[in-house]
Amino acid sequence: MAHRTSRRVIGALMTGATYGAAALALLPLAAILAMLILKGAGSLNWDFFTRSSVPLGESGGGFAHAITGTLIIVGLACAIGVPIGVGGGVFLAEFGGGPLGWLVRFVADTLNGIPSIVIGIFAWTWIVRPMGKFTALAGAIALATILIPIVARTTEEMVRLVPNSLREAALALGYPRWRTSLQVVVRTAGAGIVTGCLVAMARVAGETAPLLFTALGNQFFSTRLLEPMAALPLQVYVYAVGPYDEWHRQAWAGALVLIILVLTLGTVARIITRGRRVSHG
Amino acid sequence: MAEAVLIPPPMRPAASAPAVTTAAGPARLAVAQLTAWYGATSGVRDVTLGFEANTVTALIGPSGCGKSTFLRSLNRMHELVAGARVTGRVLLDGHDLYAPGVNPIQVRRRIGMVFQKPTPFPTMSIAENVAAGLRVGPRLNHAEREAEVERALRRAALWDEVKDRLHRSALELSGGQQQRLCVARTIAPEPEVLLLDEPTASLDPVGTGRIEDLIHELKREFTVIIVTHNLQQAARVSDTTAFFYLGELVEAGPTAQLFTAPARAQTEAYVTGRFG
Amino acid sequence: MTTDAAVLPEPAPQPAAEDRWKALRMVSRGDVAYRLVLTLLALAPPFLLAMIAGELVRGAWPAIRRFGAGFLTHSVWDPVLGEFGALPLIFGTLYASLVAMLVAIPLAVGVAIFLTEFAPRRLRTPVATLVELLAAVPSVIYGLWGVFVLVPLLRETLWPVVRPALAWLPIFQGAFYGPSVLAAGIILAVMILPYIAAVSREVLLAVPAAQREAALALGATRWEAVWTVILPYGRSGIMGAVILGLGRALGETMAVTMVIGNTHEISLSLVQPGYTIAAAIANEFAEAATSLHLSALVYAALVLFVITVVVNALARVLIWRVARGSAAGSSAI
Repeated sequence: MAHRTSRRVIGALMTGATYGAAALALLPLAAILAMLILKGAGSLNWDFFTRSSVPLGESGGGFAHAITGTLIIVGLACAIGVPIGVGGGVFLAEFGGGPLGWLVRFVADTLNGIPSIVIGIFAWTWIVRPMGKFTALAGAIALATILIPIVARTTEEMVRLVPNSLREAALALGYPRWRTSLQVVVRTAGAGIVTGCLVAMARVAGETAPLLFTALGNQFFSTRLLEPMAALPLQVYVYAVGPYDEWHRQAWAGALVLIILVLTLGTVARIITRGRRVSHG
Repeated sequence: MAEAVLIPPPMRPAASAPAVTTAAGPARLAVAQLTAWYGATSGVRDVTLGFEANTVTALIGPSGCGKSTFLRSLNRMHELVAGARVTGRVLLDGHDLYAPGVNPIQVRRRIGMVFQKPTPFPTMSIAENVAAGLRVGPRLNHAEREAEVERALRRAALWDEVKDRLHRSALELSGGQQQRLCVARTIAPEPEVLLLDEPTASLDPVGTGRIEDLIHELKREFTVIIVTHNLQQAARVSDTTAFFYLGELVEAGPTAQLFTAPARAQTEAYVTGRFG
Repeated sequence: MTTDAAVLPEPAPQPAAEDRWKALRMVSRGDVAYRLVLTLLALAPPFLLAMIAGELVRGAWPAIRRFGAGFLTHSVWDPVLGEFGALPLIFGTLYASLVAMLVAIPLAVGVAIFLTEFAPRRLRTPVATLVELLAAVPSVIYGLWGVFVLVPLLRETLWPVVRPALAWLPIFQGAFYGPSVLAAGIILAVMILPYIAAVSREVLLAVPAAQREAALALGATRWEAVWTVILPYGRSGIMGAVILGLGRALGETMAVTMVIGNTHEISLSLVQPGYTIAAAIANEFAEAATSLHLSALVYAALVLFVITVVVNALARVLIWRVARGSAAGSSAI
């Protein structure tokens, strides 16, 4: 009797412990989001979005250069990385059964595990050093290097999900393989592929390390791809570790904008797949 | 065995008349010594059979007897499976579809196929689905394409039900409607032969009845070959029936005759339900 | 196939019908081009990996030639004298990750068990989504929070309370100024928890229901079924998830460099500042004055590259064995 009760007690305790683990795991998330809003929301004024850095010690100024910079650099990274990644993913799904497919898959997974600072160093030695200057382009290439393997694997997954019966139906109509692949299979997987790209985009938008020695950051507003450029996570970092309270205040605001950007991309991605799943019946 | 099977005479390059004659008239499609291989094993062996123009032929037999494999050999879909190949000849109006140099993709534009499970393309509207097969044919302008879509839908007995929602998703249709949509999609590019692989297996009785009525209409323009598990369906829709068992063609002949007075004991056992 | 069935046109056919028979022999060239284009695009990842390895070795070469393997065993890092020993960096990387794992593993596996066994149905998806959200937060934001919230909290609230009891332990010795291996370990734990939890959850979901039912039928409580049957069954997969988390922790940069104190020292004490390879690169690269300093940092990056590639490959082998190559298993990475 006592033994059975103690087993029950242990069972109840451990069940409670797992509840506790979940609560403890989510506590930092709540704390961070609360802090971001508490400390950052107050600084989100018109100036923040329209002005760039001001000389040291002065107050005011904003993150316009950083926000624009992130949009440009991430946009360029996607322009480079998405076509290559999607192409690679479609290759893996359609022709990836042989040794080349295994190699590409293995390499893509390996790339996915490389720390982003190492990618930043790579981009520095490959592009910045020969060019002799820090450029937004180098930053975009570093981010694209991170994007490509992620997009390739998620694209492969989505294309594989398309039922074989659709492929057969297209082939039976006399479609050549390329048309079957493009106009039926990839098109059907389209929403899923877009979702994968958005998730990857959200990930690289938050990356700081690859930009440290490529885009470098810039005090001034710049849209020139062959010059250093500011970026949102970079600016948050610089201001957060700097000595001025004014900088800290803006760092919180910048972080809030960054998390909103990342969460929006992720939410849009989820909405797309949910919409599609309903219509598949 | 020889009476009911349609055999082409020895093959010489066809000079004038089509190479195959049957009891009733010129055969549209003729098969000579066809064997379909999966690697080293054969799914269906040494089949010789003819299909008259504008008739419906039913292929019957128990599960695994090779009738679907045979069907897929006719439009060169069998070879899509890794390690699969076909030996023998399939003659469409005397031209061997398996001759060296013949492009299987082009073959599939002459011989259409409807599958067991309706497979509308999910990202396309009803009209786009029907027009899908037209994209690989001669270029059509918008008006021509719309006319062809309407024509195909009418012939598939679906036009009245969808004419007001041609641009809605094909997934909104019921199972039976989706299958008729697949039929419309298959006939729009005007193939000569229609292969139906258990087309009503996933439909309810109403949907099944509609498709069977459709088949009666379709045979006016196409040569139809249908694989079916359902003996009553075979009896209802077909003019000729071929019975397959364990990868071999056992017997083929006019449907009424095959069902009432089959020549082979095996056939009789199957159609009377003693095994299946 | 016999060859006597050569296609000969029938005499006096309609021109249209004649074209139709000729069309049977048309070749589809699009397929070849399509496959070629896709193959070229697919070669990008192997190309990039080769380039990364090559560029890292090239950039590190001066330091490799100068220090050899001694780079990994010496502790003095003096840019002025031109002496670079990465042992404190390697030690710090491993130590901070160890702390992170000790904190994260029980929590993450607990969350995974919660989500698969004990959570009410309605809570499962929302909680799982929230845990995934932890992975979406950028590293720099964790760092920001670490600098302004966690470190002051540890220094001002937690340490004074706990110090009398623990300060005699070697791992808690010394003055605590805030930036420390402990702070880095805690933040890393929060960052790697969602990865370990997500993969563990998939591993647990893959355990056949029959196993759980058999245990329950024998009279086990829910918890006992988990502890004695389900967890052991998923053991190698969870091990893979843990090693995956390790792989991530080893490479984390921004959050770590903002809270770890950035000091080239080896110390067992958690409350002392430390350094990791990633943090050192982030911190020193922009201001490195000599090319030897730069080269030493690239050498360190090369070391980190090798360590993470090996660890991640190990993780994937373990997870693959459980997930049997399903796309879901590898996409969790």
